[in-house]
Amino acid sequence: MNDIEHVRVKIFAEAADFDPGEAIPIFHRWIQEGFGGHLLIDVADYRHVPAGPGVMLVAHEAHYALDNGKNRLGLLYDRRAPLDGDASAKFRQAWDAAWEACAQLEREPALSGKLKFAAGECEISINDRLLAPNTAGTFTTLRPALESLFDGVWGVGTYTLTREGEPRELFRVHARKNV
Amino acid sequence: MKASNSLWKPRLEGRMPPHLAAEIDVFENEIALKKQGKIDDKIFAETRLRRGSYGQRYDNGQRHDGIASRQLAYPSSDLTKGPSTLWDAPGMQRIKIPFGGLNATQLETLADLAEEYSDSIAHVTTRQDFQLHFVHIEDTPALMRRLAAAGITTREACGNTVRNVTACPIAGVCRTQSFDVTPYAKALAYFLLGHPDCQDFGRKFKVAFSGCRDEACGLAMLHDIGAVGVTRIENGVEKRGFEFYVGGGLGTVPQQAKRFSDFLPEEELLPTTQAIARVFARLGEKKNRNTARMKFVVSKLGIDEFRRVVAEERAQLPHDARWTDWLANVPHEQESPLKPPSLLQLNGNRTPAFDRWHASNVYEQRQSGYVTVTVTLPLGDITSDQLRALADIARKYVRETVRTTVEQNIVLRWVSAGDVPALYKELEAANLAEPGAGTVLDIVACPGTDTCKLGISSSRGLAAELRTRLAAREMEMDAVIRGLHIKISGCFNSCGQHHIADLGFYGVSRNKGGFAVPHFQVVLGGQWENNAGSYGLAIGAVPSKRIPETVDRITSRYLAEREVNEGFHAFIKRIGKAECKKMIEDLTAIPPHETDPDFYVDWADARKYSIGDLGVGECAGEVVTAIEFALTACEREAFEAQLQLEAGRTAEAADTAYAAMSHAALALLKHKLTIHSDDPEKVAGGFREHFYDTQLFFDPFAGGKFAQYFFQAHERRGGTYTEETAHQLIEETQLFIEAAHSCYGKMAAQPV
Repeated sequence: MNDIEHVRVKIFAEAADFDPGEAIPIFHRWIQEGFGGHLLIDVADYRHVPAGPGVMLVAHEAHYALDNGKNRLGLLYDRRAPLDGDASAKFRQAWDAAWEACAQLEREPALSGKLKFAAGECEISINDRLLAPNTAGTFTTLRPALESLFDGVWGVGTYTLTREGEPRELFRVHARKNV
Repeated sequence: MKASNSLWKPRLEGRMPPHLAAEIDVFENEIALKKQGKIDDKIFAETRLRRGSYGQRYDNGQRHDGIASRQLAYPSSDLTKGPSTLWDAPGMQRIKIPFGGLNATQLETLADLAEEYSDSIAHVTTRQDFQLHFVHIEDTPALMRRLAAAGITTREACGNTVRNVTACPIAGVCRTQSFDVTPYAKALAYFLLGHPDCQDFGRKFKVAFSGCRDEACGLAMLHDIGAVGVTRIENGVEKRGFEFYVGGGLGTVPQQAKRFSDFLPEEELLPTTQAIARVFARLGEKKNRNTARMKFVVSKLGIDEFRRVVAEERAQLPHDARWTDWLANVPHEQESPLKPPSLLQLNGNRTPAFDRWHASNVYEQRQSGYVTVTVTLPLGDITSDQLRALADIARKYVRETVRTTVEQNIVLRWVSAGDVPALYKELEAANLAEPGAGTVLDIVACPGTDTCKLGISSSRGLAAELRTRLAAREMEMDAVIRGLHIKISGCFNSCGQHHIADLGFYGVSRNKGGFAVPHFQVVLGGQWENNAGSYGLAIGAVPSKRIPETVDRITSRYLAEREVNEGFHAFIKRIGKAECKKMIEDLTAIPPHETDPDFYVDWADARKYSIGDLGVGECAGEVVTAIEFALTACEREAFEAQLQLEAGRTAEAADTAYAAMSHAALALLKHKLTIHSDDPEKVAGGFREHFYDTQLFFDPFAGGKFAQYFFQAHERRGGTYTEETAHQLIEETQLFIEAAHSCYGKMAAQPV
């Protein structure tokens, strides 16, 4: 299943009461400054939708959102363009890109430390039902690639992976570092 | 684009209606040919529009980021999908939902598509369509195949075609209807879809159905064709037909539809519409899209002549069995409930939140024991997760009888009344139990500057702000205020239907000290009721950041001074436009940039406001230029014309409106040339030479339309005006002055 594309990584925020609206001027500034060398297009404000995409930095390669999906705030990196390498490499690239954005947000002076991201918990999903239906089979197939990622970033045997969601939803794996 | 795109075709083989599958294959080939440079830009643009694939803001590869206009370096920068429209730029996909009717599977499909190709948001439009944003053109064939497998087509969702046929969302369950118009809307929608007589229009063509005359649901009066269901007794037998209206439309200058027939028999619905389509294709303007809607044909011919021409066309039509063969099925097309009727028994389940929701979102059907529940969608948006939850609810509580509404909501029909508390809990769990359907909180807004190429001010940003503020006060809000309608358009093009709101707003811009300032024109006097019974007029432009205060002030005044049982529309009429304008006069002031820079940033944005590439001019001081004074005076004149019209002085109103246009043109001429004669002939000639022929006055999208308004008024000055044509002239005057403001803004950005 190396042909999977459209990897999404959600890194959860530790402060649940953070208003994603505070990111609007920051995302606009990222566009002005060309954050990460990406082709950043615009900022979309969906805060009026409960448990929705929050505030989204729309981009060509990948959207970044302070997403409130499932009523849980986090930075969602939503890859649109193809990634290089096998599934493991694709997960790693998406993970790194998501954390690059998280780290930048944590450093933003305007947020004065209000936004921190959980280092030991995340969700990874594949935004393509045909290539990666939300089934046990997909999980079995992709598990080695996911383990390759988390073995590298958290350490072998230090975490738990759980497939989540119903069959209609995107293939989604919750990853948590064991305490 | 998606790696799986090519896999959907074999996967869905046999599950798509063959004609839809074939059409999508053709479209996919056209995309491939365009990539090879074998199709002209303009032709491909119209081709994709006819498939519902629309452009989106910044798709020309330019975006003003608050500091400067910058290039968006899309990978395939040399490839376009239309004139000045880059291939890789995200676009909007419109999805037609005839009469708003949906089933659970279709909701699930929309959920998947919103997630996979868009941004996990599906947007319900004021035409009962869905729209997905940020879609790549190369993803559209797969997206369309998945829709086709669910029985949905995007064909003719945009472009110069018959757009989605809308209908009252409670048709069939409405307590005041003549009969259920749903089967008629459905029959006409599919008869016209792809019909050869509907392929050569100069402009779009909109049709709406309503089951009764007095309610607003169908908005029949603002459509090219508005059909209101009526019955009459013939030889002791009740016969169905339609009060049939033609030539209505909003757009820049709205026009009320004219009554074509008091009673068009049901068997005449399809052939007469076909004849009208032929007349429109034959006589409608093709070159100048600004005068190409059918309302111009009706205006030009007059309703009597239009009726005669249509009758002549109708007589020549070769018989088509499809005109009437569906009529036999009408009695069998009635929806049926999933559950038996029941009574609502609360048994202590009541909470204040439930009561508020129940009061606004539950409609007692004509069928005893059943209700229709409205799911309020903030700004028309719903997430993929919510769509799936709604699909489950639609299967559990009703026989998948779901419809979108022109107020950008969704209704569940045929809910057994006793199920309401349980249904509420499930909606609440899905964050879909927001109260306020059809109230002042249920604000309609077009996409505006969020995604639309034509947006001037942030209609959705303003709508979200107003919703938040009004919701905070909802508990103590008087019932008469709660019942008002607010509608917002991001520009003069009326997609937010601002003309028919109690409080309507449309986006404009102004300049102050060399900076652009987002504004909204305040439109009062419109009427949502009576199928959009009357259109409002703008009374003045207020900075965007002062619109919430404007709403508060107008509604407070209404509350304080209304007479017993006096509706808002009647109140505005009674106090008069002059008083209304006076009420907001002080709110039109713009504080200097250095005092309050927030006024120079739009709602839900952080960038310094600009239109296109308009930047900060060189004279960033507090100097008010002569042209700014002059254009303000022209606005006053235009308003004076409104007052004259209100007083029944039609000829005077037309003269004043023309004078306002002429003075605006003169102001521009003086700004450009320093001195100029004020002789009307010389003003018109000079304006043509320096602003029209040079295209300096042209709007990026409307071209020379607004200048044409002036030329037409100049030609017609001193002529006879009716109340309706004078009303139209005043609208045109306002738009001409807005265009003069924009033109001045452009000139200020490039010092003369």
